[in-house]
Amino acid sequence: MSIRIRNLTKVYRMGTEEVHALRSVNLDIADNEFVAIMGASGSGKSTLMNIIGCLDRPTGGTYELGDVRVERMSATKLASVRNREIGFVFQSFELLGRATALKNVMLPMLYSSQWWGARKRAKDALHSVGLGERMGHKPNQLSGGQKQRVAIARALVNKPRILLADEPTGALDSKTSEDIMALFRALHEKGQTVILVTHEEDIAGHAKRIIRLRDGRIVSDYPTDKDPVHQDYIQRALEHAQRMADENATAQAAPVLATGGPA
Amino acid sequence: MTMLRIPILTVGTAMAQIWANKVRSMLTTLGIIIAVASVIIVSSVAVGLKQYMLDQFASFGANKVWIFPDWPDDQPERYTWRQIRITPDQARGLLENCPSLKRVSPIMSMQARVQVGDRIRDFVKVEGISPDWHEIEQRFVTVGRTFKSIDENEKAQVCLINDKGVQELGLPADPTGSIILLDSRRFTIVGVVETKTPSPMFGGRNETRVELFIPFSTGELMRPEPGMYVVGQTRGAEYVDDVKAEVRFYMRRVRGLGPGEPNTFGVEAIDQVIGQFNQVAAVFSAGLAGLVGISLVVGGIGIMNIMLVSVSERTHEIGLRKAVGAQPAVIMLQFLVEAVVLCLVGCAIGIVAGAGVIALLKLAPDSPVGKSEIPAWSIILSVAFSAFTGIVFGMGPAIKAASLDPIEALRHE
Repeated sequence: MSIRIRNLTKVYRMGTEEVHALRSVNLDIADNEFVAIMGASGSGKSTLMNIIGCLDRPTGGTYELGDVRVERMSATKLASVRNREIGFVFQSFELLGRATALKNVMLPMLYSSQWWGARKRAKDALHSVGLGERMGHKPNQLSGGQKQRVAIARALVNKPRILLADEPTGALDSKTSEDIMALFRALHEKGQTVILVTHEEDIAGHAKRIIRLRDGRIVSDYPTDKDPVHQDYIQRALEHAQRMADENATAQAAPVLATGGPA
Repeated sequence: MTMLRIPILTVGTAMAQIWANKVRSMLTTLGIIIAVASVIIVSSVAVGLKQYMLDQFASFGANKVWIFPDWPDDQPERYTWRQIRITPDQARGLLENCPSLKRVSPIMSMQARVQVGDRIRDFVKVEGISPDWHEIEQRFVTVGRTFKSIDENEKAQVCLINDKGVQELGLPADPTGSIILLDSRRFTIVGVVETKTPSPMFGGRNETRVELFIPFSTGELMRPEPGMYVVGQTRGAEYVDDVKAEVRFYMRRVRGLGPGEPNTFGVEAIDQVIGQFNQVAAVFSAGLAGLVGISLVVGGIGIMNIMLVSVSERTHEIGLRKAVGAQPAVIMLQFLVEAVVLCLVGCAIGIVAGAGVIALLKLAPDSPVGKSEIPAWSIILSVAFSAFTGIVFGMGPAIKAASLDPIEALRHE
């Protein structure tokens, strides 16, 4: 089991008001799962992601990551756990602008106990995301998709238990998004546990399991092909595509109409 | 392992940061630069001045001691001149009985009427000396020869004269072989002695007079009970106290002074003057230390300020580093190293600036600080204090960076 969460609560204090970001969450994620966590803003999905990623500590409940209890660890120990067990991919890539792709990928190893051979492992990681030719480039010489690949290579370089991606396609166009999601699928097929945090149904559709949060609670947890909301979404998307195709057919049948009015 | 690797890898990053913000870094480290430059300049000038002083002493006669007749302060009436005066025999025994003495020369001073041809001078200073006098006083013969032991043994009627005397008495430039009358005795001039005006520092009045020197034994013939004293030279600066003790022991013994009796003679060395100089130098150094302390504090506050700016500017980056697993202590170390590198860069600039000023000072002709040199200790001290300043004033910002919340830091733009 990769993740075992029981009765997890998180309470923020904002001035005099208490905000219950998570209310008694129970969640198990096995090794080699590909999970999407979904929810509107304010649903608690960011809080849950921060706790799963060991960036934050819960107010109550327990969290086992692999075979270690992390819910009461010190900041120093949490840092080591993040370094070994978690690979982060962020919406805005978060690369160091001054450093080359290779140096960016080496960053997590700088803080691990395995510095020797860091360069070799960073190169391997870049090859595995298809960026073997661009190791010496700085972020401003790379496209958005390439930047996100560097970030994924960085997340993978310490061979983490969990790859945790927060809106990884939020800053990318739809073609590049598809490429990145294909990369996540390929990683999952090679055995990597992937947790995706997103609010886009079609991105979540790449995962094998969808967990939905609302008001700090898990409201649904289904395999993707059995998730009613997602199936409904796919249905509507198909219908929409069909309608567009029909309209196109009509437009092509009557080209005078299509070119007549403003687009 | 990490704690060793991070500083090494961070030095490069820190240098890149400083290079990227050249002007800002330069202004920030100005305090350090000034502090270090002043340490370098003042310590080098102190070295130069000390060397200048020592050169002055050397020209005056280094490691010199005087042994002279002296009435005890409390009961002068108890002793007669015959008990107080130093006798030639007492003087002759000094070298043998005081092993820390390298050379001695008895000196008897008298005034005589001098005549060359029809030129007559009254009350001319004549001194009876022995050959070691030249080395002790650092006054050598420029023309002719010095006294030899045969002159001393034979009580020869020979004399040395100074340049001034050659002029005043209308003697030829090489006066050796000329005859001169001293109190109507015929003396042959055998050499010319350099005239040396002691530096005003040692009470020399800027005037030179006619001086004549005769062998001490010859002087004894002319003045059977002379007023005399002894000059000596120690084996080295560190022997001064030994010499004083040995001379006191010897003199008290030959004079048969009992345990309760005071000294009936005096022994003085040049080290009193050196001691005074060292006192002045110590006050000087204390002032310097205060000055440097203040500049380092000012410099340190500059460093602290810029490190705080750096932490705010790079909050986002700190968040990322923490997310990928940098421990708080490692982040702290990274910022500390950066502060120390900044200070050391300032220190290096300060050393170069100080060395430049010293090089300029040395260009001035006849400068008393012409022999200034940057002492190694001042460089070591500068580097150590700069690094220390970096640690002390970098600590606050480094702790601030280390204690940032990773989520907040990542959200920060």
